[in-house]
This record gives sequence, C-alpha cells and structure tokens, in this order.
Amino acid sequence: MSVFTSSIGRKIAMALSGLFLILFLTQHFAINITSVFSEALFNQLSHFMGNNPIVQFVFQPLLIFGVLFHFIMGFVLELKNRGARQKAYSQFKGSANASWPSRNMIISGLVVLSFLALHFYDFWIPEMNYKYVEVLPLNETRYFEEMVHKFESPVRVGLYVLSFFFLALHLHHGFSSSFQSMGANNKYTQAIKPLTTAFAVLIPLGFVFIAIYHHLTAF
Amino acid sequence: MKLTLKVWRQANRTAKGKMETYQIDEVSPDMSFLEMMDMLNQQLMSQGIEPVAFDHDCREGICGMCSMFINGEAHGPDRLVTTCQLHMRKFKDGDTITIEPFRANAFPVIRDLVVDRTAFDRIQHAGGFISVNTSGNTQDANAIPINKTDADHAFDAATCIGCGACVATCKNASAMLFVSAKVSQYALLPQGKVEATERVVNMVKQMDEEGFGNCTNTGACEVECPKGISLENIARMNREYLSASLKG
Repeated sequence: MSVFTSSIGRKIAMALSGLFLILFLTQHFAINITSVFSEALFNQLSHFMGNNPIVQFVFQPLLIFGVLFHFIMGFVLELKNRGARQKAYSQFKGSANASWPSRNMIISGLVVLSFLALHFYDFWIPEMNYKYVEVLPLNETRYFEEMVHKFESPVRVGLYVLSFFFLALHLHHGFSSSFQSMGANNKYTQAIKPLTTAFAVLIPLGFVFIAIYHHLTAF
Repeated sequence: MKLTLKVWRQANRTAKGKMETYQIDEVSPDMSFLEMMDMLNQQLMSQGIEPVAFDHDCREGICGMCSMFINGEAHGPDRLVTTCQLHMRKFKDGDTITIEPFRANAFPVIRDLVVDRTAFDRIQHAGGFISVNTSGNTQDANAIPINKTDADHAFDAATCIGCGACVATCKNASAMLFVSAKVSQYALLPQGKVEATERVVNMVKQMDEEGFGNCTNTGACEVECPKGISLENIARMNREYLSASLKG
C-alpha cells in the first residue's frame, strides 16, 4: 500500500517511531531519577525491569526494533534527500530560514547513536552477560552500586553530558516535528510547541543532573 | 551603486556550466532586481557577450515566473517578495551578489538561470483541479454557503504562485509546500471535497515520481515563500493523505 512507501508515509513512520522512543525515554528517566533520592526504590524498579518477562521479551525487542527502524529509516531518508539535489548551490544560506537542529538531525542523531553504543557497552551488555551468559544468581540490590560505579569516571560523565546536549537538539526539532508530520498543526495545537520544547530541555537536563549527581557523590 | 555579479552561465541542458563574474556600475537603488539584470544584459550585448537568460513575465509578483537564487536564498534576502519585486536598495554599493538558478534534480537547468518547472504542471495535472459540469447549468459558487475560516484558509493556500522557491530553498529539494497548498485550496471547499481522496493520493504519487526530496519540517520553505504559504498546509496534506490511505 502506498502509505508505507510514499514520502508522507515515511514521514509518519519516522514520527511514530520517534514518539515511541520518546515514551521509552520518559519511563527511563522516571526510573533513573529515583536513584537520586532512594537507592532501594531504584534497585527495586531496576530489578523489575531486568527480570519481568513481559519487559524482557516483549518490550525490549520492541525497543530494539524501534531504535533500529528510526535509525535506518532516518539514514535512508537522509541519503534520498541529499540525492534530490545533485548539483549543489555555490552559496546556500540555510541559517537564514531554518534552525541548526532542524537542518542537522542526522548529526545529532549519529551522536545519540554513538552514545547508545557506549550505553550498551556500559550497562546492557554486562546485564545480558550477567543474566543470560554467566547466569549469575539473582541479586536485587546490585543495580545502584553498578550504576554509581560507572559514573566515577569524569570522562564518561563528560561524554554523557555531551550526548545529552545533542539529544536535546534532536528532541527540540524531532518532538514537535512529529506532530506536524502526523498532521497536527492548526489553531487547536498551539500548545504543542512549548510543551515539546520544555520536554526537549528538561529531560536531557534531568539525565545530566543524575550523571553529575552520582559522580559528585560517588567519593 | 557599483556591484560585482557572480552569475551561473550554462549554454543548454547538457552543458557543464560555471559561475562568471561581471562588474556593473550606475545601478540605481530604486531599480528592481530584474531591471538590474536587464541593465547587465544590455552591457553584455554591447560587449558581444550572450545575455543572461532568466525567467520573468508579469514583474508584479503574481505570475511566479522569476526564479533566481540570490546570495544563498530563493528570491534574495527580502521576505514575502519575488525576485521581480526585490529592489536594489536591499544591497549596498560595492556588494558582490551571487546569482544561481533554482537547483533540484526535478528542476533541471534549461539555460543560465532558467529552469524547467514542468514537474509542478504534472503534479497539478495529477489532481490539482475539480471536475465541473460546464454544460451551462453550473451552479453559482457563491450560492454554496462556506464557513468563513475555511474560505480564508483556502484563499491563503490559493495565493501560491507555483514559483518553486520552496523547492529551491528546502535542503531536501522537497515540493511539499507547493503540493500542500494545492491540496488545501480544494480540500477546504465543498467543491473540492468530492474528489479529495483521489486528489491527495494522486498528487503525492506524482510528486514522489518527479524526484523531489522528502519534507523534514525545517520550515525554510515557509520563510522563503514569497506568498507566505504556511506549514499548516503541509500538516493538512498529511492528514488528508493519511485519511485517504485509510479509506483505501
């Protein structure tokens, strides 16, 4: 059906996968922020997320599919869009009419993707190894200490801060843009833009706060 | 005013083309940009050089023929004007002005600054119309009650002159602002609603076949559009397309 192969269909697919990832980001933040005020609650929530079969075998594969889909589709569209103007202008004033984040989603997206690789190396791979390769005994209180240990390195905290800055840029354009792609831009949707902007600033800032907080309190 | 002009010269569709530099003197700030180009061409002809080919017609900002990319922007640095309505007072004495054709694979250069924009015509042919019985019994359009807000939005969309500045400006060479204006202008009115489903599907299909890029919502088209066509039209087209696709 043309809706899956047309330019608008692909726009809507990008928007939906982006919104799905935003939903995931929100729940990830909601769990992480508990680590600032309750070690026990953080451990409890982490243990639930890491061992609940629905989370592990339904939501986790769905999330991996969402990330891969968003990245691959974004990359394919970027290549196709670049190909639509094979002869470039000798002078092109992109900054005169569009913001940097909106013109460079591929750059902010690639930074976020690189961060995901680091994040997987830090948490996901050791976690998979713990549970499914070495099959170590269940320990409901290990999560907080494992997480705090990661934030001891100032280099890692610096990389996290940088990545979340680019995530903020990506969200700043992407979140509000997803509503436009799905057709929500009229007098009834005026509030969307300020809300998405607030989300794009506050959520990455919250993640940065958590990383710095644990770095400073680790010693 | 004394100016340095860097102008794209290309003999025909297949020629390679390159930027040429010309000096021009005694340009009045009250001249329109096209009058300055006329002056340049007079100068070139007196020197035995081929004049620069460029599109123009009404020179009143309503026909959509003029199409230059001036100093990195479609229709130049001014807002809500076409090149013919751009005045030389927007530039300073001693400035260097870069003048290029609108660039997109779907808009191949015919000669110098003239590009082939018939891709827009083919998109219009695919659905940018309403089927009306013209046997003599056609109902007076004014006899049909239309909500004032819808009528205003339809009229705003209908002010699109199809110049192609949206495509030229978009980093992806996307034609969605143009197509959405044409889709909206009909979709909002009772006469256009009858064929709304096929219209949006056929026009988008043709747009995709012409090789335009995809819209990434940068909003550059809206800023550079000489008629101020709003991004709301693209959102409306997306809604229309989604609804048409679900209808099957």
